[in-house]
Amino acid sequence: MDIPRYWRLKDQRYKLQGTKCNGCGHLSFPPRLVCPECKSRDYSDYRFKGRGTLYTYTIIYQAPDRFDDQAPYLVGLIDLEEGVRVTAQLTDMTLEEARIGMPLEMVIRQIYEDGARGPILYGFKFRPPFNRENR
Amino acid sequence: MRKVAIVGIGQTPVREHWQSNLRDLAVSALRDAMDDAGVETLDGVTVGNMLSGALSEQEHLGSLIVDYAGLDGVEGMKIEAACGSGGAAIRMAVKAVASGLMDTVGVVAVEKLTEYSGNHSTAALATAADADYETNMGLSFVGINALLMRRYMYEYKYDKRDFAVFPVNAHMNALHNPNAMFHFPIDTDTYASSKPVADPVSLLDASPIADGAAAVIVVAEEMVDRFKGKPISILACEVGTDTLALDNRKNPLWLRGVERSVKKAYYIAGVKPSDISLFEAHDAFSIMSALSLEASGFAEAGQGLRFAAETGVGIKGGLPMSTMGGLKGRGHPVGATGVYQVVEAIMQLRREVPAEIQVPDIKYAMTQNIGGSGATVITSILKCLNS
Ligand SMILES: [Zn+2]
Repeated sequence: MDIPRYWRLKDQRYKLQGTKCNGCGHLSFPPRLVCPECKSRDYSDYRFKGRGTLYTYTIIYQAPDRFDDQAPYLVGLIDLEEGVRVTAQLTDMTLEEARIGMPLEMVIRQIYEDGARGPILYGFKFRPPFNRENR
Repeated sequence: MRKVAIVGIGQTPVREHWQSNLRDLAVSALRDAMDDAGVETLDGVTVGNMLSGALSEQEHLGSLIVDYAGLDGVEGMKIEAACGSGGAAIRMAVKAVASGLMDTVGVVAVEKLTEYSGNHSTAALATAADADYETNMGLSFVGINALLMRRYMYEYKYDKRDFAVFPVNAHMNALHNPNAMFHFPIDTDTYASSKPVADPVSLLDASPIADGAAAVIVVAEEMVDRFKGKPISILACEVGTDTLALDNRKNPLWLRGVERSVKKAYYIAGVKPSDISLFEAHDAFSIMSALSLEASGFAEAGQGLRFAAETGVGIKGGLPMSTMGGLKGRGHPVGATGVYQVVEAIMQLRREVPAEIQVPDIKYAMTQNIGGSGATVITSILKCLNS
């Protein structure tokens, strides 16, 4: 279990924090030291709002070891309102409910449990907006 | 720059080689290629491999394989570019020979994927993706291809059955290749009813993981007379790259890594897509075949499946593909695949394959090896030296 990695990634996992280029305004998630557009190295932290729509998704039946007990589960690519796309598990919905284009919002959930006695790792997932009128 | 040719080829059958270890597979293929070329020693060896560290607890493959191949003291190093490792190892050998630094370089690519359980191998294969932002979200490598396939079906209005053309053709051709993993034909119905791995990718979309090794001997074209094997020119061997993570690409359905690699290869070889007589694409998943046809200039965006169905990708079709089974039928020993593709293209050019799968009129053969979901792409264009 890689504790330094999870400590290091806490701003991304819990706050969806990326970077904004101070040269051209380009937004990145994950954070980037070099702007892919203007190549500037001058950037600020930028926190994404965590709202978007589903670009594509899959139902994982044969999962990597540490996710095995969760299968089958949904993973999607989400187009955030700010114009950046992220990868996340989809939650609070049945496997059949997923639709390309559906609105989604970020929530913090358990990603996986590292064995019966290991730490529980948390991070962002996406779900249909809690305010059901938006669905 | 010097022109470069291949004068020797070798391969092991693609199998679950429970009884053989990594080094023995590699040494068998490399020594077979040396015997084919008629060489006793080499200036250097590049080893293509992805997962020896994760699955065999063995890195440092270069010196290990050189030693066991009876090449004591020769330079050897491992090259890694996920599933593109084999193609990348050839690229390194081509650079060494074209530049004049070396005259004779052995390339051997090897993979052993059956040492552990399927789930453990699934996790190891996922290291081809972005560890922090894809794999740690529970995404498998198959899942990444499923994300692409779902979006492709949505945008271009295809049905799952439309993808059957690639695996059905691959299994048909593999039937005649003794080194292939699979020797059973499939039809559209068996394809459509196969069990989902990461929906919409099902078992018969996905190439099987397996063990194997393949090798080529790369030499300066001006020296081919010194060797025994029938020489084949490598007109181009070019690399294109793209972001590792799928979500970082503006249009994930357009493989920019493929486009970048193939454009350079066409330019350097002086050919265009319509000149290509056979295309060994990286058909690790059916969706990859469709996207590769498009980004390689054979079909417009969204028309890859239609192109395959209408032009024909069988041995006698307009663009034969997976002629010896491809990744789907021959099997996909990931880091070794890129060298298998080149070995098979050379067998086609030398007219050394069984009659049922010999492409009748063949001038230029193209191979394309892809690492990850398109982040590293190596495209090679080959031709008989004296034709
Ligand atoms: Zn910028």
